[in-house]
Amino acid sequence: MTVELNLAVNRDAVAERATRLGEPAWMITKRQDALDLAPTLALPKVEKIKIDGWNFTEGSTELENVTGLTADIETLVGENRDHLLVTRNGQVVHAQNSEAANGVIFTTLEDALKNHADLVEKYFMTEGIQVNEDRLAALNAALMNGGTFLYVPKGLKLTVPMQAIYTLEQEHGALYHHGIIVADKDSELTYIENFVSYGDAPHNVNVVTEVFVEDNAKVLFGGVDTLAKGAVTYMNRRGVVKQGGKLEWALGHMNDGHTVTDTKTHLVGNDAFSDTKAVTVGRGDQKQNFNVRTDHFGKGTEGFILIHGVMKDSATSIFNGTSMIHHGASKSNGVQTERVLMLSEKARGDANPILLIDEDDVMAGHAASVGRVDELQLYYLMSRGLSRKEAERLVVHGFLQPVVSELAIDSVKERLIQVIEGKVK
Amino acid sequence: MTASHLKIEDLHVAIEGKEILKGVNLEIKGGEIHAVMGPNGTGKSTLASALMGHPTYEVTSGKVTINGEDVLDMEVDERAQAGMFLAMQYPSEISGVTNADFLRSAINSRREEGDEISLMKFIRELDSQMNFLEMPGEMAHRYLNEGFSGGEKKRNEILQMMMLKPSIAILDEIDSGLDIDALKVVAKGVNDMRSPEFGCLIITHYQRLLNYIEPDFVHIMMNGKIVLSGGKELAHRLEAEGYEWVKTELGIETEEPTEA
Ligand SMILES: Nc1ncnc2c1ncn2[C@@H]1O[C@H](COP(=O)(O)OP(=O)(O)OP(=O)(O)O)[C@@H](O)[C@H]1O
Ligand SMILES: [Mg+2]
Repeated sequence: MTVELNLAVNRDAVAERATRLGEPAWMITKRQDALDLAPTLALPKVEKIKIDGWNFTEGSTELENVTGLTADIETLVGENRDHLLVTRNGQVVHAQNSEAANGVIFTTLEDALKNHADLVEKYFMTEGIQVNEDRLAALNAALMNGGTFLYVPKGLKLTVPMQAIYTLEQEHGALYHHGIIVADKDSELTYIENFVSYGDAPHNVNVVTEVFVEDNAKVLFGGVDTLAKGAVTYMNRRGVVKQGGKLEWALGHMNDGHTVTDTKTHLVGNDAFSDTKAVTVGRGDQKQNFNVRTDHFGKGTEGFILIHGVMKDSATSIFNGTSMIHHGASKSNGVQTERVLMLSEKARGDANPILLIDEDDVMAGHAASVGRVDELQLYYLMSRGLSRKEAERLVVHGFLQPVVSELAIDSVKERLIQVIEGKVK
Repeated sequence: MTASHLKIEDLHVAIEGKEILKGVNLEIKGGEIHAVMGPNGTGKSTLASALMGHPTYEVTSGKVTINGEDVLDMEVDERAQAGMFLAMQYPSEISGVTNADFLRSAINSRREEGDEISLMKFIRELDSQMNFLEMPGEMAHRYLNEGFSGGEKKRNEILQMMMLKPSIAILDEIDSGLDIDALKVVAKGVNDMRSPEFGCLIITHYQRLLNYIEPDFVHIMMNGKIVLSGGKELAHRLEAEGYEWVKTELGIETEEPTEA
């Protein structure tokens, strides 16, 4: 299969841009190969919605240069500006890394490709996400115009969270962002990212994020995405967890536009652990597909998935949860729960929990539910004077609470409560 | 006219096309406590639910006003705002929403934007009412009715009533499932509300509750109608003799329960 992508760039343009940015030769080749590969690859696999018609690629990768921190960005920034990275339209506007002296690298990928090329080469689409996984992953490599590189060296346990804010502020623009997060052996880190865009005009956000948790390291990954109605979003996040490593995802999928996300974790080392928690609120006529998957390769690995979603208006969301316990991953445990609450007649939700088990000596379990809001609950709340909206708001908070309250990062929790508030109003 | 005045005239209510209430007339004024008694399935909860605006109860004819305002025209929340309160026979459970958060939202829903109750004042009031009702403080932080025992739910309904200070309260079997101490506590709550600005309709099967909350009027409901009204002595007679005499005296044929 080969499709016509009508991209504005060709091999030469890709090379020209990468050269201008001072990228190493291997990267330029990788980009060009990915560009050639893209038309031969399929879109990401989704269930029960059609994404063929979504325009993932129309936006221009040439983004205007903007500077400074907007008031909106300021509200996202917590107390700590000294371990903060902000990019607007893919270009850095704030980069502080108070941990640099301890060997921590926290910078744009562009900068890392110049100053830490070996490290980037080791991790860029090698063990994590593959260039040929799907068309949009390939395009991410080819057209990347923004990115992050976070590296915490062996044995260093960071207590402060490293925060990043990425905005796209251009109508008909496209951000191809590539993040790499590495926690080297025995290290610990917390990373929080916020993707933000604005407006109803079409734009594209294509994110590939690879998280590497080396032996006995620990990563808390928090993400709150609030991409605007005009955005068509592809968000592919991958964790690779080595022996005894721990990865916790705390995700708020709060986009207003069409969205496909993939959040996969490969538990490759023995006794590796992952916990994926996500909430979403869909509204308007947006369609979303969330794939969450844990692959157990190592022995004694544990993977948990918990997703709660609320659908308003005529929003549609499909949740596909997969726990795959591969042959040899004995004594492993995979547990997942997906719950969807629909607030209106026109909202659609679907939860598909899948357990794939290729090993005898394991534990696994799943639960899923899709249901409409209980009219009697609303009646009860309204009988105390709450308006229907307010009653719905409480029920929604209550429904998301079991996930939100368990999120491991307080600032993500607070931010999410705010965003949920805004979305259910 | 007093500030609290609920007037029900010839109320007919159907559920799924079946007529349950067949013309109920009742007037409750501030300062009055009315008790409604009657055999199972005669429409007592239907009356309470229809008054509050429960979605599955269809008012087919009749009129209900609170302080002169048409209740049947109001949404459920508007009825509450107008001063009505229903302690439900089977309160809903709302997971993830704490009792305290819910109560604060409910109080604020009656106040203008910008005039919300201060957190301190709210906590003080909640504390004192919970003390009064002998409820452990941690119940404020439990999810609304989730996992509450039958008796705890009833107490929680009374707590809501005391916090929201309605002008007309309808208590549907607030005594069912209560142990004797809880019964006294609940009665204490209702008696504490007694004032010329507060009217109350108590639905109960048992005289015992009425020993603690002395009613001004007792009504007997049968087959979807109030068939007999009197003073508190009526309740005593029911307790002693059951409902047979009412039927005989009034010549009422009770429907077979299976009959449509
Ligand atoms: N959803 C429903 N569908 C059909 N019939 C119903 C429904 N709800 C109530 N009914 C019927 O309406 C009648 C009156 O019920 P209601 O709950 O008002 O009785 P009640 O007087 O409160 O009885 P109890 O003393 O047992 O609480 C009963 O026959 C009941 O079966
Ligand atoms: Mg009843």
